[in-house]
Amino acid sequence: MTNETLLRGGTLVILGTLIVALLLTTLPMPHWAADYQPQWVALVLVFWAMSLPQRIGVFWGFGAGIVLDVISGSVLGQHALGLSVVCYLAVELHQRILPFPPWQQALSVWLLLLVERLLSLWILGATGQPTPSLGYWVPTFVGALVWPWMFVLMRGLRERFGF
Amino acid sequence: MADSRYRHLDFLRSSLSVVLYPIHYVAALPSRLSRAVDGRLATETDLRERNSLLERDNLVLRGRMQTFAALEAENRRLRDLLGSSFKLRDRVLVAKLLEVALDPYRQQVLVDKGSSSGLFVGQPVLDADAVMGQVVRTSLLTATVLLITDAAHSLPVQINRNGLRTVATGSGLINRLTLLHLPKNADVRLGDLLVTSGLGGVFPPGYPVARITEVRDDPGSPFATVIAEPTARLDRSHEVLLVWTLDAPATAAANDSGDGADDRATAPSGRVAEAAGGRR
Repeated sequence: MTNETLLRGGTLVILGTLIVALLLTTLPMPHWAADYQPQWVALVLVFWAMSLPQRIGVFWGFGAGIVLDVISGSVLGQHALGLSVVCYLAVELHQRILPFPPWQQALSVWLLLLVERLLSLWILGATGQPTPSLGYWVPTFVGALVWPWMFVLMRGLRERFGF
Repeated sequence: MADSRYRHLDFLRSSLSVVLYPIHYVAALPSRLSRAVDGRLATETDLRERNSLLERDNLVLRGRMQTFAALEAENRRLRDLLGSSFKLRDRVLVAKLLEVALDPYRQQVLVDKGSSSGLFVGQPVLDADAVMGQVVRTSLLTATVLLITDAAHSLPVQINRNGLRTVATGSGLINRLTLLHLPKNADVRLGDLLVTSGLGGVFPPGYPVARITEVRDDPGSPFATVIAEPTARLDRSHEVLLVWTLDAPATAAANDSGDGADDRATAPSGRVAEAAGGRR
């Protein structure tokens, strides 16, 4: 019984963080800041996939990606593909990434974010959109910079709710 | 991929977006709040100034409308003589933009009216100045509008000065349309106004679209490079007009000589303003 409620509570927390990430993504930004918007959903998913690899995996990535596609009006599956792959990689690599201190993890997380961006770019190209400018890659750097703080914050959140 | 080519997933997308409407709503809250606070803090002199400005605009526009009714009736009679069917009367609905960040690599905006207000896919969208785009997706409460500058969007236009027909294709940049396949000796000049030609059946004819900003003659390319800037304020409008074109049959249109030309009002609160085409 207790185990079940714990599981449910944890799921609620995970969904809550994902919703906050979606909100941050859709929050309108001034023009100069729009290019520096990190991939919040990808960051949150990477965190959960690495800390709870037995629970959060490819399907969560796919679901979150579809939701993100609907919200941002992109082609259905554009983010879903990238986020599923990122989740898979995070689950596979969590044992190699987690032992490092957060600022060193940022480097590996940057690679994961880059993969997401690359797959997204591929879909943009396949659907006949013009190739975006170099500013397209800036969010990955911002995401890597945000990662250590986010990691500490989310770990605190997880300990607080005790799962 | 399949989503961009087929319509099978539309249902999934529209039902999901109804469920996700709260997220859009919450994300749009800060800007809505800041606008409300702005409205509260406006000083009396500001308001007076704006009021007098609007009154002056109104006077000018009404002055123009006086001749408009007569001209419209005359135009209808002439068209009727030619036997061409005539669409002029439009029904208009005002919608607000939801200020949320969509995919930054596509030119799309979200409006706060959906299929429950009668919006349909392919519906033309205008702002106060010109054509903005067309509805590409509707859900119950919101609709996505593809702007004319999106790289996947093209609309048939003609040059207002001489009636030369061409196609304006989006470039993915908010202030740039390109006219493809214009021969090098085409009569195009800087500053020419492009209006919708009505071909293609999506946009009603005669609405302004863009102004030519650059005509270049690359020796290497078979066509002239013509670039135009949209006259709609694509990245600055807060409100848009959704248009239903009503088909006024030519024979009936000639009889009623354009009465009710001034009943075309748009309700400020976003209700449907019915400007029925003289056929009440």
